[in-house]
Amino acid sequence: MTKTVEQRSRVIIRFAGDSGDGMQLTGDRFTAQTASLGNDLATLPDFPAEIRAPQGTLPGVSSFQLHFADHDVLTPGDAPDVLVAMNPAALKSNLADLPRGATIIVNSDDFTKRNLAKVGYAADPLQDGSLDSYQMHALPLTSMTVKALEPFSLTRKEAERSKNMFALGLLSWLYTRPTEPTERFLTAKFGGRPELLAANLAAFRAGWAFGETTEVFAVSYEVDPSPAVPGLYRNITGNVALAYGLTAAAHRAGLPLVLGSYPITPASDILHTLARLKRHGVLTVQAEDEIAGIGIALGAAYGGAIGVTTTSGPGLALKSETIGLAVSLELPLIVVDVQRGGPSTGLPTKTEQADLLQAMFGRNGEAPVPVIAPRSPADCFDAALEAVQIATTYRTPVLLLSDGYLANGSEPWRVPEVATLPDLRVEFAGSPNGLDSAGAPVFRPFDRDPDTLARPWAVPGTPGLAHRIGGIEKADGTGEISYDPDNHDRMVRLRQAKVDGVAVPMLDVDDPDGDAEVLVVGWGSTYGPISVAARHVRRGGISVATAHLRNLNPFPANTGDVLRRYRRVLIPEMNLGQLAMLLRARYLVDAVGYNRVRGLPFTSIEIADAITKLAQEGTA
Amino acid sequence: MTAEPTTELGLPALRSGLDAVPTMAQLGRDASPLTKKDFTSESEVRWCPGCGDYAILAAVQSFLPELDIPRDNIVCVSGIGCSSRFPYYLETYGLHSIHGRAPAIATGLATSRPDLNVWVITGDGDALSIGGNHLIHALRRNVNLTILLFNNRIYGLTKGQYSPTSQPGLITKSTPAGSVDTPFNPISLALGAEATFVARTLDSDRKHLTSVLRSAVTHRGASLVEIYQNCPIFNDGAFDVLKDRDQAATRLIPLEHGAPIRFGPAAADGLGSLGVVRGEGCGLSVVEVQSVGAERILVHDAQAADPSVAFALSRLEDPTLSHVPVGVFRSVSRPTYDDGVRTQVQGAVDAAGGPASDDDLHSLLAGKDTWTVA
Repeated sequence: MTKTVEQRSRVIIRFAGDSGDGMQLTGDRFTAQTASLGNDLATLPDFPAEIRAPQGTLPGVSSFQLHFADHDVLTPGDAPDVLVAMNPAALKSNLADLPRGATIIVNSDDFTKRNLAKVGYAADPLQDGSLDSYQMHALPLTSMTVKALEPFSLTRKEAERSKNMFALGLLSWLYTRPTEPTERFLTAKFGGRPELLAANLAAFRAGWAFGETTEVFAVSYEVDPSPAVPGLYRNITGNVALAYGLTAAAHRAGLPLVLGSYPITPASDILHTLARLKRHGVLTVQAEDEIAGIGIALGAAYGGAIGVTTTSGPGLALKSETIGLAVSLELPLIVVDVQRGGPSTGLPTKTEQADLLQAMFGRNGEAPVPVIAPRSPADCFDAALEAVQIATTYRTPVLLLSDGYLANGSEPWRVPEVATLPDLRVEFAGSPNGLDSAGAPVFRPFDRDPDTLARPWAVPGTPGLAHRIGGIEKADGTGEISYDPDNHDRMVRLRQAKVDGVAVPMLDVDDPDGDAEVLVVGWGSTYGPISVAARHVRRGGISVATAHLRNLNPFPANTGDVLRRYRRVLIPEMNLGQLAMLLRARYLVDAVGYNRVRGLPFTSIEIADAITKLAQEGTA
Repeated sequence: MTAEPTTELGLPALRSGLDAVPTMAQLGRDASPLTKKDFTSESEVRWCPGCGDYAILAAVQSFLPELDIPRDNIVCVSGIGCSSRFPYYLETYGLHSIHGRAPAIATGLATSRPDLNVWVITGDGDALSIGGNHLIHALRRNVNLTILLFNNRIYGLTKGQYSPTSQPGLITKSTPAGSVDTPFNPISLALGAEATFVARTLDSDRKHLTSVLRSAVTHRGASLVEIYQNCPIFNDGAFDVLKDRDQAATRLIPLEHGAPIRFGPAAADGLGSLGVVRGEGCGLSVVEVQSVGAERILVHDAQAADPSVAFALSRLEDPTLSHVPVGVFRSVSRPTYDDGVRTQVQGAVDAAGGPASDDDLHSLLAGKDTWTVA
């Protein structure tokens, strides 16, 4: 039969199945195929903390959402156009997110009485008419896969495992994705095991062929490439971008990168990525605990390396005292917190933004640290470079606040030319910088650069500069132990002034109509949903301005001016109002929050609703 | 020319803890050898009068010149406590950090800077209580560090609470009815943590202390030196029985590699009349040499691959200090973590033909799945 090809501007697909069904891999491969076609995209993996929750249960559902389009994409999308559900649990836990009319492809082989009972379906939803308002395709994906793999000497169980490749092949046909990237990937993965390679390729191709020949699907879709700045592109997740940013920063600084880290979700992939970069001179130490992780990083920084520690919220709590020591020693140090749901263990695999105040204030004493938050997965690269630049310029620990969504989410990234990255070379202290009372040259470890207030970075091994530093209050200049009241007051203010004086770019405001009364301020990963929400609201005829705070300490110098320019300020955050508290306290602006802590990124629709409500409130 | 011996991991067989540290001669600075004075900082020493730390400081300051390495390549990292003030008084690089974390910070420094001779100065509370985890892992990893554990069996800087090495029954401010806690034996703990070098000495015996330091610093890997140290304010006299010449003779058991473990008043053969023999079960016992015959006395083997006998020696110590082995319990060679990590990095860099160029970095950033927008 002849099949129609229709154009689509944008598509949101969610793959969902049991943790063992390979949904993350399927999503990842579909993403690679889509990226190679030149669509803009954003992804949202969502998986349980348990490695293998009981099979077929609701807690065991793992999903991967992909939003791709012929225009710029800022979020993984609100509601899927297509849900691929590999079992009843996947259908049940995702159905509420689907708009009526959405396409559902289910693996009917898994809809057995037992599996239905496991998730509390009294009747088979494929039979009882409850899904009539969707375009439902119940397909025996498992048995078709097994049949396609009959020629191979695989057990039934082994053959069944390729059902995700069958589904990938089918979706690839449906959305006219190039198959080459996945075939290349499978060849690399199973190169040493020809039988498995052949089986997976066969399952993938069988899925494609099924789509092409069956009458179930009368239409396939195309999404044109998105116009983009010319250049070389790749798809990248936030964790990899962050690891690469740190590596690039060390390269540009001409210093070794030393990571001290303890495994913790969702930050561990940064450790995994950096551990493979020995060729780039990266030295990683998996520490005995979170405290040792930062201790190792600080020890390396004292020795003249770019010292980094990576963690998530609970780990940041454990590192607090050492961050305070780094503040007191005034040594450069990078602390990465990939935020997850809290408090305590909270939601290890889910996203949240509730560590902002911990990052700002979670230490004893007055211990200010610069805080930077990337706004998208690819922006993690630039944020890492900026964090290193601030740390080495001002000799201070810097907190880099990523989150679970940025960490695992991905988007296309234009690969930069290395020579265009900032020059991060630093100068170590090399000679005495003062005179003692007898007029002899001495080294004064706490004399400051008048512009940056940074003290010298004097690494052990430098002849003639032997000195002692520690966490006890130091006399201004000499660095000797001092309990003098006035000196302490001066040092506390100097450390604060140094951080307050960190140079950060001005806050940009996006106010295309120029007459907006509502300003939406975001930070971190809310950038995408806020930007899309603003577009949506503007299409509806309401003016709205947006501004995104990438630097949270210090704030850009014009922040107060920007905030005061608008009648209402709305701050959507995945916490109970932490940035709002900071801005209200600092600028005396009556900002209001839009706050959700569901472990998931905002949808742009809910933010659009909040904006609209606020805009109309004042005019009513 | 014989090839440089290598270990089974292919690591260079660095045999001394100082092998990668430049010497004064290499730097052309041997014309003016360093003295104790050169290692004395200008900071006023602020320990209590009579504190055992003074003796240890003097011993270390006197010992360091013989290493023939520049002051600038020595770093002292400490935690919190009376002993942790030590770095301020030594004219080297020094980092007075936070409670218990010195081994972790020193691990980061030693791992990234093989050209430095890194010391950790710690106490019984710092190393065995709040920092216990870091201590055992530094020992297990065998990071090239010299760890001096000043054991005065009390918290001094916080003014006199019992510590993890305080003896049961000790009355302190926090245990007015006597401690009911069981103490650690630091030597047993270190041996259990896979330490490759474990020794014990006393603050008051400069000669013995110096000889132990010499072995510890030249050991490649983590060396733990427990130093019995008197706190004259909060636990005065804790080790007095070991300092009284007559009592010490029958209590201190000097360990010398390759020598029979004998001590006490001289027997007819000129060696001590007391000796250590294998007892019932796995343990060791102290006996009159005469009663068993000199040939049955255990010969100390600090280099034994199996730490069991060293552990048994550590168990001879009892709360009343009736028998206290001193000296090097164990000194074995094992690849160090820091050498291993650096070898992996250097190997990867060498295999790729040298440090990463801009092009190499660009290849990394681009990865293998790229597309071009024209």
